[in-house]
Amino acid sequence: MQLFFDQVLNGVNSGVIYASVALALVLIYRTTGLLNFAQGELALFSTFITYRIAVEQDVSIVVALLASVAIGFVGGALIERILIRPVEGAHSPLNVVIVTLGLFLAVNALAQLIFIKPGQEALQMPDLFPSGDLALGIRTTTVGFAAVLIIECVLLYLLLQKTKLGLALRAVASNPESSRLVGINTGTMLMVGWALAAGIGAVAGSLAATRGSGFDSSLMQQTLVYAFAAAALGGFDSPLGAVVGGLVVGIADSLTIQYVDALNGIELVVPFVLILLVLLVRPNGLFGRTIVERV
Amino acid sequence: MSDPSAVGAETAIGTPDPGRITGIPWLRVVAGIAATVVALWLPFNYNPDTNTLFAQVFYLAIAAMGLNLLTGFNGQISIGHGAFFGVGAFTSAILVVDHGWMIEATIPVAAVLAAALGVVIGFPALRVKGLYLALITLGLAVLFPRVTAKFVEGPGGVPLLQPSRREVGSYFPSSLADDQYRYFLCLAIMVILFLLASNLMRSRAGRAMIAVRDQEVAASTVGVNVAGVKVASFALSAAYAGVAGSLSVLVDRVADASNPLTYFQRSIEFLIAVVIGGAATITGPLLGAAFLVFVRKRFENTEAMAPALLGGSLMLIIYVLPDGIVGGYRRLAAKVRRPSGTTSSGPSPEAAPDPPPTPPDTVANQTPA
Repeated sequence: MQLFFDQVLNGVNSGVIYASVALALVLIYRTTGLLNFAQGELALFSTFITYRIAVEQDVSIVVALLASVAIGFVGGALIERILIRPVEGAHSPLNVVIVTLGLFLAVNALAQLIFIKPGQEALQMPDLFPSGDLALGIRTTTVGFAAVLIIECVLLYLLLQKTKLGLALRAVASNPESSRLVGINTGTMLMVGWALAAGIGAVAGSLAATRGSGFDSSLMQQTLVYAFAAAALGGFDSPLGAVVGGLVVGIADSLTIQYVDALNGIELVVPFVLILLVLLVRPNGLFGRTIVERV
Repeated sequence: MSDPSAVGAETAIGTPDPGRITGIPWLRVVAGIAATVVALWLPFNYNPDTNTLFAQVFYLAIAAMGLNLLTGFNGQISIGHGAFFGVGAFTSAILVVDHGWMIEATIPVAAVLAAALGVVIGFPALRVKGLYLALITLGLAVLFPRVTAKFVEGPGGVPLLQPSRREVGSYFPSSLADDQYRYFLCLAIMVILFLLASNLMRSRAGRAMIAVRDQEVAASTVGVNVAGVKVASFALSAAYAGVAGSLSVLVDRVADASNPLTYFQRSIEFLIAVVIGGAATITGPLLGAAFLVFVRKRFENTEAMAPALLGGSLMLIIYVLPDGIVGGYRRLAAKVRRPSGTTSSGPSPEAAPDPPPTPPDTVANQTPA
C-alpha cells in the first residue's frame, strides 16, 4: 500500500508539470483555436533563461523564476504578434501545423545555440524546494510542486473571473466576432493569451528541470505528448480540465510504470492511447464545450 | 477549423490540367533531356560522399512525395511519417541482418508493412481531422522509436542495426562502384514512384483524392467513396515512406532508434521538403529534399544551425511563398507569360506576388513535371 501511495505521489509530481503545460496549451487553444506544438520548446527556452539568471547571475532561483516568467510573457506576446498573427483565422490547419513546427525546430535549435556551450552535456538546475520528506513519506518537492500549481490556478482564476481583462479574454474565447462588436480589442486579447501561456510554460519548464539529474534541450519533448494527452482529456478549452487531466495522466503514467510490466519502457503508450480514445470517443473531453459545426 | 477544403485553398495548387496544353511543350522536353543527362552524368564525376548525398536526396524525396500524396493532394495532415519511414528502415535492416536477405528484395516487404500501419492509422483518421490528426500522428512518431527499442535488440542492446557492407547492395551484378550503384537504384525507384504519383493524380483515383480534400461532402454526393479514398491514401502514402526508409538503410547502412526523437525529426524533415518544395506538386518534394540535404550538409559542423535555419525557413515560406518553390515559380511564369499574349489559358485572377487569400489560377497551363 505504501508503494501504491508513493507512486500516486510521484504521479502528482509529474502531473503538476503536465498540468502546467496543458494549461498553457489550453489558454492558447481557447483564444486562438490552434494547438501549439511549440509550447514545450517555448517552455524549454524559458527554462534556460531561468538557469542563466539563477546560476550565472547567482540570484535566488525564486527570483530567477519570476524574472523568467516575466520574460516569457513578453516573448510570448512578441511571438504571437510577429509569427502567429499571419496564420490566425486562416482556418488552415496545415499552416498552423507548419508554423508551430517551424517554431518548435527553431526555438529548440536557438536554445541550443545560445545557452549550451560546446561539449556541455546536461545543465544542473538548482533545487527550488529542499529535498527530503515533509511528513508521512510525502516529499517536500511534491508538496511544493502542488503548491505552485495551486498558486497558478488561483492567480489564473482571479485573472479570468475577477478582472476586466479576464472578462475580455473569456469573451474572445467564447465568441470573437461578438466581442469585437462590443469594443474588445481581440488582437490584444490573443496576444495576452499567448503571453500568459508562455509565462505558465516558463514555470512548468523550470519545475521540470529541477527534477532528476540535469536537463538538456530534449527536456520538454516527451512532456509535450503528456501535456497534449492531459489537454485532450480535459477538453481542449477548459483550464480546469487541463489541471485535472494533467494530474490524471501523471498518476496513470506513474502507476503504469510500477505495475504494468508489459509496457516497461513504452509508458508513452498511455498518453498516446488516451489521446486517441478521447478524440475518437469524446472529442470534447471531460470538461470541454461541445462544438457544433454548422454545414 | 478542421475544414479540409481550407488546406487546399491555402497551400495547395489545384488539379493540373493536361487538356489545356497545345502543341509540344519544347521547354519541358529540353529540360527533361537535360535533367536526364545530368542525372546520368553526376555519379561519375563526384566523389562517393557527394553521391551518397544525392542518394539521400532521392530517398528523402520519395518519403516527401508520400507525405505530399496524403497532405498535399488528399488534405490529411500527418507528422507521423517518420514512423512509417522507420517501419521500412527496420523491416529492411532486420531482414538483411537476421535473415540474410538482399536489401533490394526487402523493399516490397517494407512497403507492404508500412502500408499496413498506414491503414491502421487511416481508420481513426476518418473521424479525427486537421490539428487533431496532426496530434495523433505526432504521438505515433514519438512512440515508434520506443516501441522499436523494446522489441529490437541490436548489438550491445541498442536498437540499432548496421548491415555490413557485404550484405548491402549489388543484387544486380554490375561494374558500378558501391556509391554509384546506390545512386542509380535510389534514382530509378524515385523516378518510378514519381511517375506513378504523377499519373495517379491524373487518374480517376487521383481526382477522387483531390475532390475529398477540396469538398468532402460534394465528393461523396458524386459517388466518391470518401472513407475508402482516405484510408487508401494513408496506405499509399505510408508505403512511399516505407520504401524511403528501406532505401535509407541501403544508403546510410543503419537503422537507428536509439535516439527517441530521430523519427519525429524525420517527420518534420518530410514536411519541410513538401512545404518548401510546394505542396500538391510533383517536382516540389524533390526540390524540397534537395534543399534540406544541402542545408544539413552545409551546416553539419554546427549542430543546431541546420534545424534553426530549417525551422526559420518553414515559417518564412508560409508568409512569403505559401505554395512553395514550385508554386512560386508557376506564379512567376504565369506573370511573365501573360503580357506577351502567348498564354492559352482562360481568364484567371491576377497573380499576386504576396500570399494570396485564394489560390490564383496559375496552374491552368502547367502539368506536373
